[in-house]
Amino acid sequence: MTAPLLEVSGLKTQFPTASGVAKAVDGVSFRLERGEVLGLVGESGSGKSVTGFSLIGLVDEPGRIVEGSVRYEGRDLVGLPTSDLRRIRGKEIAMVFQDPMMTLNPLLSIATQMRLAIAAHERVSKAAARARSVAVLARVGIPAPESRLDAYPHQFSGGMRQRVAIAIALLHRPKIIIADEPTTALDVSIQAQILTEMKMLVDEIGMAMIWISHDLATVSSIADRIAVMYAGRIVESGPVGAVLRDPRHPYTQGLLDSLPSRTRPGEELRQIPGTTPSLLNLPQGCAFAPRCPRADDLCKAVPVESVAMDRTYRCHHPETQRSAA
Amino acid sequence: MLGFIIQRLWQAGIVILAMSVLVFCGVFAVGNPIDVLISPDATQDIRAQVIAQYGLDQPLWRQYFTFFGRMLHGDFGQSFVYNMPVTQLILSRLPATLELVLFAVVGASLIGIPLGMYAGYRHESPAAKIIMGLSILGFSVPSFWIGLVLIMTFAVQLGWLPAGGRGETASLFGIQWSFLTGDGLKHMLLPAINLALFKFAMMIRLARAGTREIMLTDTIKFARAAGLSEGTVLVRHVLRLIAIPLVTIFGLELGSTLAFAVVTETIFSWPGLGKLIIDSITSLDRPVMVAYLMLVALLFVLINFFVDLTYALLDPRLRRARA
Amino acid sequence: MISKNSFLGRFFQEFARNRTATLAALVVLVIAVLAIFAPLVAPQDPYDLANLVLRDARRPPGYVGTTGMLHVLGTDSQGRDLLSAILYGLRISLQMGLLAGTIAFSVGAVVGTSAAYLGGRFEAIIMRVIDLQLSFPAILLAFVIAAMLGQGAWQLIMALVFAQYAYFARTAHGAASAERHKDYVEAALSTPLSARRVVLRHILPNSLPPLIVVATVQVASAIALEATLSFLGVGLPPTEPSLGMLIANGFQYLLSGRYWISIYPGVALIILIVSINLVGDQVRDQLNPRLKR
Repeated sequence: MTAPLLEVSGLKTQFPTASGVAKAVDGVSFRLERGEVLGLVGESGSGKSVTGFSLIGLVDEPGRIVEGSVRYEGRDLVGLPTSDLRRIRGKEIAMVFQDPMMTLNPLLSIATQMRLAIAAHERVSKAAARARSVAVLARVGIPAPESRLDAYPHQFSGGMRQRVAIAIALLHRPKIIIADEPTTALDVSIQAQILTEMKMLVDEIGMAMIWISHDLATVSSIADRIAVMYAGRIVESGPVGAVLRDPRHPYTQGLLDSLPSRTRPGEELRQIPGTTPSLLNLPQGCAFAPRCPRADDLCKAVPVESVAMDRTYRCHHPETQRSAA
Repeated sequence: MLGFIIQRLWQAGIVILAMSVLVFCGVFAVGNPIDVLISPDATQDIRAQVIAQYGLDQPLWRQYFTFFGRMLHGDFGQSFVYNMPVTQLILSRLPATLELVLFAVVGASLIGIPLGMYAGYRHESPAAKIIMGLSILGFSVPSFWIGLVLIMTFAVQLGWLPAGGRGETASLFGIQWSFLTGDGLKHMLLPAINLALFKFAMMIRLARAGTREIMLTDTIKFARAAGLSEGTVLVRHVLRLIAIPLVTIFGLELGSTLAFAVVTETIFSWPGLGKLIIDSITSLDRPVMVAYLMLVALLFVLINFFVDLTYALLDPRLRRARA
Repeated sequence: MISKNSFLGRFFQEFARNRTATLAALVVLVIAVLAIFAPLVAPQDPYDLANLVLRDARRPPGYVGTTGMLHVLGTDSQGRDLLSAILYGLRISLQMGLLAGTIAFSVGAVVGTSAAYLGGRFEAIIMRVIDLQLSFPAILLAFVIAAMLGQGAWQLIMALVFAQYAYFARTAHGAASAERHKDYVEAALSTPLSARRVVLRHILPNSLPPLIVVATVQVASAIALEATLSFLGVGLPPTEPSLGMLIANGFQYLLSGRYWISIYPGVALIILIVSINLVGDQVRDQLNPRLKR
C-alpha cells in the first residue's frame, strides 16, 4: 500500500492572545487520497479554515502549529523552511479563498496576477504565460478569455472573479486544491454553477480537493468523504453517504436536523441549543457535552476516536441508528 | 478623464485668483517700502518721484489690477532691492532650490519607503524598532537644529564636507546646476540630508503603517498561497497597494519641502529661493515676496493636480469612474 | 482623589503601564517646573545687564567667571550664563507653545463645530478654506504672517495660531459632523432643548478626545515652529530670547568651534519636544478606540 497523498495527524494550531491561548485546531487527523474530495464541515470558529491554512503553513500571526504533522507524499510539511514550503504552495497544493473581492489585487490586471503566479514556479516567456493564462481561463468558463485577460478585477462580476481565482489556483495543475468556502460570498445561482464546475475540473484533472464549508448541503453534493469539525476537533468522519444517512455523533445529527431541506413544510426548524464554546476556555472533556442531549458524567473525559470500517467518531454515546425525521 | 481635467483646471484657476488677492493684500500690510527705498534725507521731490515710479500712490485696488494684469504676462515688476525684474530674479534662483528639493525628497523616498516596508513587514524585529525610533527622532527634532549639528560634525569637526554655498556648478540647458560636478554634489550633500530627514521619517511611518495593514489582507494571503516569494509579494503587491497614499504624501511633501528649504538654505547659505524670500522679507522687497508666494501657490496647485492624475494611473477603478 | 474606576483613573493606570511615556511625562513635568521657577532656580538672571561681564563671553562649559561663578554650560556671546539663559528660554518657549496651542484649540473647536452644526453653504465655504490652508505647510504660513506682523510675542502667537487652528478645526468638524448626524442628536435637536445645550452637552464632549490628541501634537509643533521662526529672525524680539534665538545667536560661533552656545539650547529644545511627542503618542493610542483590541 502506498502512502496517502496527504496525511494529517495530531495537528494542533494555537493563537496566543492577551486572555489566553486559543486552541483553534486541537489535534486534527485525516487522510486524503489521490483524486478524492474531502468535505470539511463546521460552524464558523470551529477551526476548519485554520486547518486549511495550517496545511500550507499560512497561519496568521501570532498563531503557529505547535504539534502534529502534515505529510504530503510522505514528506512532513510542518517545520519546513518557508522557501521549501513556497515551492509547494500553488504548485503542489493550491488554495481558493472565500471572498473573491478581497483575494485579487484590485490594482493589477488579471494578466499580471496570473503571470506572477506562473513565474513563482517556472521561468516562462511573457507570451507563453499569456497563452497558458488564456487556456486556463477558458477552462474555468470565462468567456472570451483572450480579451478579458487585460481587464482588472473590478471589471468582473463576483462569480467571474471567483473563476479567475480558481484559474490562478489551477495554473500549475496542483495535486491538491484547498477550497475555503469558495461559494459562500456568491449568489445562490452562481454557487451551484461554480460547485458543478469545480467538481468537473477536479475529475478531469484528477486533483484531490479539500472543500471547506459550513454548509452541509453543499458539501454533500461535492464530497466523497466528509469530516465534521467542532471546537478544533474532528468529531466525525467517513464516506459522505454513510455519515449523512447514519450519523454517529450527536453534533452531526444536530447539523443534519437543522437543515431546512430536512424539515417538512410547516414544521419548525430544529436547532442545536446553546452556542459554540470559546476556544480560549474549552470544557475539560467533550467540547460538545454542554449542548448535547446525551451527555453524562462520562463526557467529562475527552472521548477517544472510535474507528469502525472507514468511519471514525469521537463520542462516548454514539447514535446507533438514524433517528426518524 | 478630459472632463475631470477641465474641472480640476477650473478649480485651480479659482484658487490662484483667490491667492493673488490674499497675497497682494497681505503683503501690502507689511511695513512701508518707501522707507527702505529712499534714504531719510532725500528731498520731497525725489520721494514723490520714486513713489510714482513704483505706483505706490495709486489706490490699493488699482495697484492690484495693474499687478494682476502684469502677472498674467509673467511680469511681477522690478525688485526694489536688486533692481532687476522679479521674474528674472526668481528664475535665476529657482534651479538651486529645485535640485536641492528633488534630491532630498527623492532620496528620502528611495531610502525611507524600503525601510518603512521592512519595519512593517517584520514589525516585531529589533531592526524595525530601531527604524521607528529613528523616525520619531526625525519627526521631533527641529530641522534647523539638525542642520547645525550636521555642520558642526561634518564641516567643523571632521572637515569632510563644506559648510555652505553651492560649490562648482556646470551648465545644462543654459542653467547652472550643482549636481553635475563633484564639488557641487559635495556641497549639496549636507543641505539635502538636512532637508530630507523629516520626509524620511514621514515616508518610514507611512510605508510601515500601510505595509502592516496590507500584509493582513486576503490579497497577500492568496498571493502567498499561490507560491509567490516574499520579495515578489512585497514589491509587486504591497508596494503597489501602499503606493497611492505614498504618492499623495510625496506630492504634498515636494511642496512643503520647497517651503522648508527656507530654513535649510539659510543655514547652509544655499543661494536658492528660500534665501531670497528671507532676504526680501527683511528688506520689505514687496514684488519679490508677492511673486514668491504666487509661485508657491502655483506649485501647490500643480502638484495637487498631478497627484490626482497619478491616482488615476495607479488605480484602475478610478480610471473607469472618471473616464 | 481620583477613584480607580473613574475614566481618568483608568486612563492614568493604563498610561503608567508604558514606561517610556511615563518617563517622558515626568521629563515634561520637570521641565515645566524648572521653567516656571526659572528665576529661583537659575544661577543668574540673564536679562540683568549688570550681571554681564564681557570678558566672560563665549567661555566653554565649566568655566569659572570673574565673579567666581561656575558656568556649567559655558557662556554666550554676551557673557550670559548659558544654563540660566536656557532655563529662561524654556520658559518663553513653553509659554508660547501653550498659549498658541490653547488659542488655536479654542478657535479651531469653535470654527469646526459651528461649521458642522450650521451646515449648508457656511460649512462648505469654511471647510474649503480650511482644506486649502491645510494644503500649505504650517511653517510657510506662520513665516509669512510673522513677517507681515513684525516682531513681538503677540504677533508671533497670532502667526502660530493662524498656522495651526486649521488642524483643530478639521478634527472638530470631523468629530462633530459624525455626531451631528447620529439619531440621538437629531432627536435632541427636535425637542425644546436649546441648540446651545445640544452642542455643549452632546457634540462638543464627543469631539474632545480627538481634539486632545491633536493638541499634544500641535503644542510640540508650536514650540518647534516658534524656535524655527525665532531662529530665522521673524519671531520674538531679541529682548525675549527663546530657545530658537539662543540657537540663532550661537550659530555664527559654531564654525569657529564654539559649539555649546547653539548646541545646548538645542538639546534642551529637543528633550522638550521629544518628551511631549512621546506623551502625545501614548495619549493617542489610549484615546483611539481603533487601536484597542
